[in-house]
Amino acid sequence: MSHIAKSLDEALEIIADGCMLVVPREVSGVPMDATRALIRRGIRQLHLVALPTSSLQADLLIGAGCVETLETSAVSLGEYGPAPRFTAAILAGSIKMKDATCPALHAALQASEKGVPFMPLRGLIGSDVLKYRDDWKVIDSPFGDNDPIVLLPAIKPDVALFHAAMADVYGNIWIGRQRELATMAHAAEKTVVTVDRIHPGNLLDNPTFAAGTLPGFYVDRIALTERGAWPLPLPDYYAADAAHLAEYAKMAATEQGFAEYLDKYVYEKQAA
Amino acid sequence: MEFRPEELLADQIAQLIGDVRHVAVGNASPIPATAALLARERGNGRPYVSLLGSPKNTFWTDGARELFDCAGQGRIDVFFLSGGQIDGHGNINLVEIGEHAHPKVRFPGSFGSAYLYYVVPKVILFRTEHSRRTLVPRVDYISAPGASEPNVFRTGGPVALITNRCLFSFTDGRFTLQSVHPGHTVEEVIEHTGFDFDRPAQVPETPSPSPETLRLMRETVAPQLAELYPQFAAQVFGVGV
Repeated sequence: MSHIAKSLDEALEIIADGCMLVVPREVSGVPMDATRALIRRGIRQLHLVALPTSSLQADLLIGAGCVETLETSAVSLGEYGPAPRFTAAILAGSIKMKDATCPALHAALQASEKGVPFMPLRGLIGSDVLKYRDDWKVIDSPFGDNDPIVLLPAIKPDVALFHAAMADVYGNIWIGRQRELATMAHAAEKTVVTVDRIHPGNLLDNPTFAAGTLPGFYVDRIALTERGAWPLPLPDYYAADAAHLAEYAKMAATEQGFAEYLDKYVYEKQAA
Repeated sequence: MEFRPEELLADQIAQLIGDVRHVAVGNASPIPATAALLARERGNGRPYVSLLGSPKNTFWTDGARELFDCAGQGRIDVFFLSGGQIDGHGNINLVEIGEHAHPKVRFPGSFGSAYLYYVVPKVILFRTEHSRRTLVPRVDYISAPGASEPNVFRTGGPVALITNRCLFSFTDGRFTLQSVHPGHTVEEVIEHTGFDFDRPAQVPETPSPSPETLRLMRETVAPQLAELYPQFAAQVFGVGV
């Protein structure tokens, strides 16, 4: 009963045009091989939810025209500067931006994880983040006395997609301390995971591994993509490719440079 | 003893941190990280210091949300925020300049500010570009407000703003000039600040870090910093050079 797909493209089949796709932040296992494969396939009109922020992944998908709506708390290349395609798309008005704040995205996914319609969150009142979110509401806490509090509707993604160090043949995924990956999978209708390698045996048989394992029960498709987070890091396993990220920042600064980047690193490089 | 501007800022921030249990430092904040580690060295291992992005300097095991849950529980005493714009009411803007429908400039986004600014008791604002471009009369977009209506739950907010030129404190919705860094003047601070602020008749000079502090920073803190900020540690402290 192996969940392991024959190819990356096969594993990604269930990610359809127009779907709501949730992906993790840079240090939690970003599926970059999968991202390049989706761009090659020409995926369109994604509602991308980046939990709670994004870097290269969102910038690439936006620049390649794959994103209709972006819901996140920040997009930046960190020490390599602003995310150029994200910035250009916002200034051109070519994507719909749903600005959030990090804990709001965590909470809204936790609502789906618990099967409840919303989650309350402190903060936010008086900010323009709240002002521009028609889908967030403020109520007077029924348990307080004149205590306004924000309610966030549950985010229920169609698909969660992330990269992890290893899976076993039972579909269990080692996520370690990146617990938000479990929340993403619990909240989403379906989950696709890419992994660097296959662990021999069953991760749930070992109590040390089990605590950091997302059970295969929640996982629909797995693809093997060695160093699949490249050029982003997979913490505890490999670091970011600093030279490549600097090259990206430079090339993506212009539309033409970005097109050359796609030709060189996305379209030319076929999935192994 | 000769010192670098970063060392002066880190020393001042360490003083602002004071005697607390837990300091958390967000991404891309090498000077606040230096200050937090300095405070930990001086306090023999307290406060707890959490540096986002550093597996060595975070104890969290419940994923990215634990920082925010921790703050919501009141277990983070000090945090640092910045802004593309900061105004005289302590409002910070991490999103955009211009009309919301057609912004002229876009910044990365609000990150956790629209939550942490409300629930972390001491938020230290930090901006190394002190200019009328960054310190404005009114921000174009409020990622997080400096103050809230009395009925809004709020246990935290800004206590200070430190820049490359000076240190302001923040009380009752206004900034007060506390000290001007060596080599800078009050006139220069007025010229480059876009908002009104209070100031005493005599504004003191920001004290220079002591030789003992400099030694601690360079010999003990800098090597720890290099794990997360190798470039900064090399540039400022010569670690690994």
